[in-house]
Amino acid sequence: MTQGTEAVRTAPAVVVDTTEDPPSGAGARRRRRETWASALRKDWRLYTFLVLPIAFLLLFRYVPMAGNVIAFRRFRPGGSIFGDEWVGFHYVEMFLNDPTFWRVFTNTVILGALTLVIVFPLPIVLALMLNELRSRRFKKAVQTISYLPHFMSIVIVAGFVYELTALNGTINQIITAVGGEEISFMQRADWFRSVYVGSEIWQVVGFGTILYLAALTTIDDQLYEASRIDGANRWQQIWHITLPGMRPTIVVLLILNIGTFLAVGFEKVLLLYNPLTYSTADVIATYLYRVGLTSGSFSYAAAIGLFEALIGLTLVLSANAISKRLVGASLW
Amino acid sequence: MVSTTPRTPDISAVRSVPTTVKDSRGYTIFRVVNAVLLVLVCLVTLYPFVNLIAQAFSSQGYIVAGEVNLWPKGFNLTTFETVFGDERFWTGYRNTIIQTVLATGVAMVLTTTMAYALSKRHLKGRSFFIGLVVVTMFFNGGLIPNYLLITNLGLKNTIWAIVLPNAISAFNLLVMKSFFENFPQDLEEAASIDGLTTYGIFGRIVLPLSKAVVATMILFYAVSFWNAWFPAFLYLSDPGLQPVTLYLRNLLAGATGSGVEAGMETVQIGANIQAVAMLLTVLPIICFYPFIQKYFVSGVMLGSVKG
Repeated sequence: MTQGTEAVRTAPAVVVDTTEDPPSGAGARRRRRETWASALRKDWRLYTFLVLPIAFLLLFRYVPMAGNVIAFRRFRPGGSIFGDEWVGFHYVEMFLNDPTFWRVFTNTVILGALTLVIVFPLPIVLALMLNELRSRRFKKAVQTISYLPHFMSIVIVAGFVYELTALNGTINQIITAVGGEEISFMQRADWFRSVYVGSEIWQVVGFGTILYLAALTTIDDQLYEASRIDGANRWQQIWHITLPGMRPTIVVLLILNIGTFLAVGFEKVLLLYNPLTYSTADVIATYLYRVGLTSGSFSYAAAIGLFEALIGLTLVLSANAISKRLVGASLW
Repeated sequence: MVSTTPRTPDISAVRSVPTTVKDSRGYTIFRVVNAVLLVLVCLVTLYPFVNLIAQAFSSQGYIVAGEVNLWPKGFNLTTFETVFGDERFWTGYRNTIIQTVLATGVAMVLTTTMAYALSKRHLKGRSFFIGLVVVTMFFNGGLIPNYLLITNLGLKNTIWAIVLPNAISAFNLLVMKSFFENFPQDLEEAASIDGLTTYGIFGRIVLPLSKAVVATMILFYAVSFWNAWFPAFLYLSDPGLQPVTLYLRNLLAGATGSGVEAGMETVQIGANIQAVAMLLTVLPIICFYPFIQKYFVSGVMLGSVKG
């Protein structure tokens, strides 16, 4: 707790409350060394605002975090949520020796990588395309329409996927119209990744442009003027002005995306996969869901979950450190 | 391109409106291609919705034959009657509304009060509390510990299992905090000189003047609760409590065979019934969408300022 208060003291707090403490030197010094007792006396009403939210955070965020200890403890149904006895790395060894775990791990990495490589750059491209439009109304219309999928429940998105990929759905109609053979997309493991990435593109690319478009509005118009006078054409302007202007946003979003790399759309996979497509569709999150909640091996599933979360954290921290070094942009 | 080089900086270049300097031929072609591609993007985005509407008004036979794309075939409204007659659908809809309203309310109370307190830079312990929030953005307990907690608290099969665990979104909280930080200090000081307490300042000065950001946050929460299905899937096995998204999920699982364990009676569900149920679920969002979209955009922007 002292760690936190250190930083508070550096903030210029003097302006804020004029009601208390005579403006004597002694008072100012006392404020700099404000104790919890005096802080509580002065700001108790503000602290009452914090009571419920902090209680919420501790109970619903930090207790589950601590609950991860069951990854190292034996859990008995009906017993304590923190488990009954220490078993060390028993469950960790268990999943490291579990071939299914490595299959779902590979699937997760592949789906995550496909999303990162294919889906991540598309909003940048779309934002650049929108930026080249001269008609405001047209731009507005494209934005309004392309944002829409973002507001749809994942269940609806899954419903659309089933609707379009059905044997009698539009996609198969097109395939048969050009002389191809009908494909039962949702029953075939070799199609799952394409279906997943395709639906991801449909849902996130439009809304993903918002932050890039916001970054574009901050680029100084004079840069374009100057470059035009220097004889730059539009391509050179895009390459030398527009893209660099978006770079900090790109970097920050890339870091965030790398951090959630392994947390591939769990809910979407859960809605779209079935035993026929497990070999490509089953990811860490769905596997631990089945192991934990369908089969009841809570400790084993928690060990897998903890492993996934730690990898995610490591990825975010290292991506952040690397970009700080290389590009000078970081999350904090 | 080179032809534009010898232009001297004339008055037209000074106007702030992007001047239409003669485009190179390549660029003109690009602009046409660009516009065409963007129209295509819109069509692809909208197509599933159009197809959905067409299926909702078609008869099952034409859908199975694969003849329904842009326009209904075998137009009829009986499917709507079937869905309207299904009690589970209405129960689901009612539950969705109740859960959305209650959860959004609880979330707003917790988020605004906490954001306001944390926006006060002089508050002792402030950065510790902020740290407490930020950590939850990058590390969370995970599925199993959360499930065990909810179960142990006895929240299973109560509405609180939906309402409580997601009551504070760290992102929304930080957006609100940075908004309150920029709230004019002199207004609050004047109010406090006039004898208002912190509660009075917050309730009568700050909140009424923050309507835009409050509206944005309400929308953020409401849409996420409206769309949620997984918490209900985990914690609400009682059909009387399930939201409409879960009803829809069960339809999909039944119709596609991915939920073989779901039971016999759900296995053969007509595509048209599915389409109608989906349509009725997205309808409120599509109707409100044109009005709420700008709030979402501004909310995301606010968040991005924070970084």
